[in-house]
Amino acid sequence: MQISMENIHKAFGTNQVLEGVDMEIKHGEVHALMGENGAGKSTLMKILTGLHQKDEGTVTIDGEEKTFANPKEAEQFGIAFIHQELNVWPDLTVLENLFINKEPVTKFGLIQTKKMKAIASEQFEKLAVSIPLHKEAGQCSVGEQQMIEIAKALMTDAKVIIMDEPSAALTDREIEKLFDVIRSLKASGVSIVYISHRMEEIFTICDRITVMRDGQTVDTTPIPETSFDDVVRKMVGRELTDRFPERTPDPGEAVLEVKGLGRKGVFQDVNFNARAGEIVGVAGLMGAGRTEIMRTLFGLDGKYDGEIFVNGQKVDVKNPSQAVKLGLGFITEDRKGEGLVLDFPIKDNIALPSLRSFTKNSLIQEKEEQEFVEMLIKRLTVKTESSSTEAKNLSGGNQQKVVIAKWIGIGPKVLILDEPTRGVDVGAKREIYQLMNELTDRGVAIIMVSSELPEVLGMSDRVLVVHEGTIAGELHRDEADQEKIMTLATGGQVNG
Amino acid sequence: MDSAIKGAKQVGNITQKLGPFVGLLALIVVVSIFNSSFLEPLNLLNLLRQVAINALIAYGMTFVILTGGIDLSVGSVLALSSALMAGMMVSGLDPILAIIIGCLLGAVMGAVNGLLITKGKMAPFIATLATMTMFRGLTLVYTDGNPITGLGDSYAFQLFGRGYFLGIPVPAITMFLAFAVLWVILHKTPFGRKTYAIGGNEKAALISGINVSRVKVMVYSLAGLLSALAGAILVSRLDSAQPTAGEAYELDAIAAVVLGGTSLSGGRGLIIGTLIGALIIGTLNNGLNLLGVSSFFQMVVKGVVIIIAVLIDRKKAA
Repeated sequence: MQISMENIHKAFGTNQVLEGVDMEIKHGEVHALMGENGAGKSTLMKILTGLHQKDEGTVTIDGEEKTFANPKEAEQFGIAFIHQELNVWPDLTVLENLFINKEPVTKFGLIQTKKMKAIASEQFEKLAVSIPLHKEAGQCSVGEQQMIEIAKALMTDAKVIIMDEPSAALTDREIEKLFDVIRSLKASGVSIVYISHRMEEIFTICDRITVMRDGQTVDTTPIPETSFDDVVRKMVGRELTDRFPERTPDPGEAVLEVKGLGRKGVFQDVNFNARAGEIVGVAGLMGAGRTEIMRTLFGLDGKYDGEIFVNGQKVDVKNPSQAVKLGLGFITEDRKGEGLVLDFPIKDNIALPSLRSFTKNSLIQEKEEQEFVEMLIKRLTVKTESSSTEAKNLSGGNQQKVVIAKWIGIGPKVLILDEPTRGVDVGAKREIYQLMNELTDRGVAIIMVSSELPEVLGMSDRVLVVHEGTIAGELHRDEADQEKIMTLATGGQVNG
Repeated sequence: MDSAIKGAKQVGNITQKLGPFVGLLALIVVVSIFNSSFLEPLNLLNLLRQVAINALIAYGMTFVILTGGIDLSVGSVLALSSALMAGMMVSGLDPILAIIIGCLLGAVMGAVNGLLITKGKMAPFIATLATMTMFRGLTLVYTDGNPITGLGDSYAFQLFGRGYFLGIPVPAITMFLAFAVLWVILHKTPFGRKTYAIGGNEKAALISGINVSRVKVMVYSLAGLLSALAGAILVSRLDSAQPTAGEAYELDAIAAVVLGGTSLSGGRGLIIGTLIGALIIGTLNNGLNLLGVSSFFQMVVKGVVIIIAVLIDRKKAA
């Protein structure tokens, strides 16, 4: 299938999102689509698949002009879309999810479960996925849910598959499998549109790349003729110095210390500390227990084994409310689900953990609150018209800044960041890194959980590698490299 | 362009806030066209007195619904606490002291709801359905199914449900005073902000260091306290405690909250809306009575009005 989109325009209300985008997808190619958040990538793909209707422009498929009224039409025509937001039905089984609205039925209208199982098993085998078909989808990890979505799209016999950030929640091993699948799809003539923020992946798997900026196409280039720097320059429209700002760490005393921390069946005997002014990176495969350790540390999962010390004092963190009082902040990986009250204005979100500090005689002092919030919005350069804009109307990067602002507001001693730049564009990523530097300069200890190795290597002063619920090793900034981290993360030994 | 969007948004916000108020005005106009005696001061004051009980319960319900919960037990809390108040009065306790203790007991009953929901991790609907039955049962056990009468002739106590102050019925004054206090609590204190935050995103509220369980227990206690206060007005008005008092009051309270534009999924709504919602229901009851509509048919009209109000609200949201 050959698709050509020309001069596509689209506005939502008065907000012009696409202003004359051109893109061409060739038969059997893997085509990267890159751009900062808000550049219009997803909108363009939603127009192609009938989820939105274009205002202007033409879409030609195999020489014929074509407009889909809805996603189902596009799917029947052979264009499948794997969305960034996972659409699983948590209470249905994996099998039921795979066949939702497409269940094969007998002539009496009964669902043919056996047939479903056969098709699903075959598909999973191709993907080398081993999720039990009868498992409830809600019990699956995010990575597994992503694989379900991918399998679902493949089952439609699509000629063109659009993947929007497919690897965001996958482990490296799962990404390898995904790439194998992409290669074999390509060999059989399927075209893939691959949307991602991860440069390494794009240069590994893609044939051509189209870069978008501010609702327009910058250009399309074959991958061998371009470079990381070139792509970044096109995306942001300016030179970016390094991806990671330089760090000049000057660590002080240990602010947080953890001894023998454990939770039955989840992780055990975890020992580490974080010093003032230091960034401790936490690497490991998905499901190794990184996030769980942090949740326990923050009092989210109740009782635990072992001891936690803050400033040398033994503390008992029973709930997040205590953790916050101790000066801990937690930026979780699920920004929308756990970080923000989306219906709340920016102001109320930022003020939420610090209400106490501007309450007098049980009343919130609104003027003080407003000043406090404005100061933080300015300091974090949150791009917004006003502090009363609702959080749901912000881009991913700006939302993340609001979450960070909220925690800076409490004057934290220790800040735990879980996947701090997930779904955040290159420009905002760098701003977040710079902010982390500013915080450590002021003596905050940062613990950063990340699945992006370049980020771990670029920002951490020390790297803890978690493997199967325990800390498999600790690497210092100068000795850490991708290979060592991956060796430890997969259960190997590093001589150091 | 930006200011146009902002302007449109502001208009949207204002209509959202004014919607229930416009509805109330329209209703008043319609009713007074059909029967001009509706607007007579005596009738209006009477209406305010009638509305007070539902409004007080609905205030508490507003807090509960803002957290994303529901409280079906308010009517039973009203009955049990008012029976206990009457019992204390009969045994010779000072009536005002009895009312205060009764209100505190109402708060305790609400706290039981809150603890079942937070510590017991029960769905609010189920927990309060159970306590609704339980508190009603306790009322019947305590009263043996008979009204409690002979409450003495304390003037202050009689004033509470039947009296006037500066020509305004005391229950109406209680209703407005409670409104003022609760408005401040909801919009100006950390507790109010936390109430919204929990309904908006409970996980985010928890991670922000809010003691979600404690806030919820307090919210349900507040609902219990306000139900008991409404019960005190009823006891004074009837000069007795009725074992079947407050039956189905939860429905009128929920209706008032919803008519006032508060979202049942939590996080969004205003207590002024609830006051207006209660006034709409009161006006309907009063107006339909004046128009001589049968009480059976009144129920049909009330149901239709709720449906229309919510449909209009949906349309605006879309």
